[in-house]
Amino acid sequence: MTSMTVIEAVRSTLDEAMAADDRTFILGEDVEAGGVFRATEGLHAKYGERVIDSPLAESSIIGISIGAAHYGLRPIAEIQFADFIHSGFDQLCSEASRWCYRTSGDAFLPMVVRTPWGGGVHGGQHHSQSIEAYYSHMPGIKVVAPAFPADYRSLLKAAIADPNPVLFLEHKRTYRLIRQEVDGAPAETVIGRARVTRQGSDLTIIAYGLMLHESLAAAETLAGEGVECTVVDLLTLSPLDRETILESAKATGKVLIVHEDNLTGGLGGEIAAIIAEHAFEYLDAPIRRVAGPDIPAMPYHHAMEDFFMPNREKIAAAARELAAY
Amino acid sequence: MTSTRTRRPRSHQTIDEYLLSETQLEDMYYHMLLARRLNERMLALNRQGRAPFVIAGAGQEAAQVGAAMALKVGTDYLAPYYRDLGMNLVFGMTAREAMLNLLGKRDDPNSHGRQMPSHWGSTERKIVTQSSVVTTQFLHATGIGLAAKLRKDPIVVLTSCGEGSTSKGDFHEALNFAAIHKLPVIFYVENNGYAISESNEKEMPLKHVSDRARGYAIQSATVDGMDGIAVYQTVRPAVDQARNGGGPFLIEARCYRLWPHSSDDDDSRYRPKKELEEWTKKDPLTLFRGRVETDGIFPREDLDEIEHRVEEEVRDAAQWAMMQPDPAPEDALGHVYKELGS
Repeated sequence: MTSMTVIEAVRSTLDEAMAADDRTFILGEDVEAGGVFRATEGLHAKYGERVIDSPLAESSIIGISIGAAHYGLRPIAEIQFADFIHSGFDQLCSEASRWCYRTSGDAFLPMVVRTPWGGGVHGGQHHSQSIEAYYSHMPGIKVVAPAFPADYRSLLKAAIADPNPVLFLEHKRTYRLIRQEVDGAPAETVIGRARVTRQGSDLTIIAYGLMLHESLAAAETLAGEGVECTVVDLLTLSPLDRETILESAKATGKVLIVHEDNLTGGLGGEIAAIIAEHAFEYLDAPIRRVAGPDIPAMPYHHAMEDFFMPNREKIAAAARELAAY
Repeated sequence: MTSTRTRRPRSHQTIDEYLLSETQLEDMYYHMLLARRLNERMLALNRQGRAPFVIAGAGQEAAQVGAAMALKVGTDYLAPYYRDLGMNLVFGMTAREAMLNLLGKRDDPNSHGRQMPSHWGSTERKIVTQSSVVTTQFLHATGIGLAAKLRKDPIVVLTSCGEGSTSKGDFHEALNFAAIHKLPVIFYVENNGYAISESNEKEMPLKHVSDRARGYAIQSATVDGMDGIAVYQTVRPAVDQARNGGGPFLIEARCYRLWPHSSDDDDSRYRPKKELEEWTKKDPLTLFRGRVETDGIFPREDLDEIEHRVEEEVRDAAQWAMMQPDPAPEDALGHVYKELGS
């Protein structure tokens, strides 16, 4: 057993993938020097020309990865901050997501775009964004957002092996915050499955990324008050694991969805709709959402940033109300 | 940086100087003519209400066929744009397949009815699937070039667009990256005078698209795109150089869009009639025929024979394609993802 942070989980999995398959290569800004978060540290020295610094041009990072994947390689692109991915939106939306579909499977793109997302790091409007809703709205691209180091390892490995474009979201606040004992090689897993992380009969909390950890902390607090929560870690945001969502909703009859992305048009709305359509008769209370406020971006000042971010207290408060309903 | 400008060879040149064999010249004429006749038939089908939409390359056949012939078919990659029927024919697309594509038929190898017509793509033929969003393919070609360099595969990618596309960011990002890494990519711009209604002066402050190469320190050329032989003579050395590690090349083929932008466009709103008349005199098919006849390369009967063959092929393709099955409505749901191991 090795104790590993999220960033160490990412780095070690990249290293293993690069060693296992010489069709893989890494493309991104500052990746040769190890990247701003050190996710690719040491890899250029080890893999030479397969770790490639890109110019500061996000559309090219994604568009070039598309071409290389089409050719048969396994590009692993890095967008330095998720906030900068939008200039590559066209390449993801108009091209990558449709490549397989528009050719009826004649062509396909085994590529991964890794990017750090999320707030709570004093990053202001352009180093804090939650981008998952935009990209989860694109069938053809898979969106993954793990919470624990072991899942980062198994899902990154699965993403690299997947024959489809995968947007791999790494919550930057958790890079060095979350640590876990990890055993040997990454567990074999498939993209598209959620996991029940904690079992309780009173209500279900559904979350991902940093908010999964905050939700677990809230569940712990509530357990002390005699309220038992089920906590679902979504792991994959697109396609959603409807089965696990519905099973958990039906089992507890009360659902709280948590994300730090702003409320309107966020994934919580889609999850609530799935439950309302398919588990309405099992519900004992209205579905609740805890999310960022509907303002354009996360503010820089810590007081306003704290105000924006959902946290264990806000989650616990909402869960308490829901349990009492 | 060196910049070469290739002018149209003078008409007294002999076949030896063309660097094209008699068979290749025949092929060139055949493919140019086939592209034109197919486009004409497609437009007729559109006017008859049988095809909802046509986007054609009339006037650009020499620019397309001459360039594609400079590549190794079966080895090299093509990342074309929607007017490039001529290039696709050189790369093995058949007249029947082009008609399947026009009609969105189930067995259209390009997209099986999912894309608008003329959005080409075939993995087997190394034609990269494309969208209607212009210039994105420049980055895909660059990615293929990077992959080939990493694998040490001696291939070349030719990617093409209209001059309007050269204003987009992806154009800049592609040339910049390909230049930094000396990738085997030919960036090929068919300057047909118009981006829908916008003439060159509204699109760029430069006289030649090829002047854009200066910003990336890569070689460039401008060639008379109405002359298939001149096009081949310009593109071929650039391809050979790229294959041997010489890096990317920007080539501008000056041609002319003889037809409106698409079957839905009325070009009389913006195009001077006199200009169209002047360019019609330089029609690449007439020009080619005139040259090879004057130079005595082919007797008139041989050219007439090609004409008859093409007419018959186009007639057959249209009739055959119209009888082919349409996609089932629920086919719309398939192939969102590639299955693991498939």
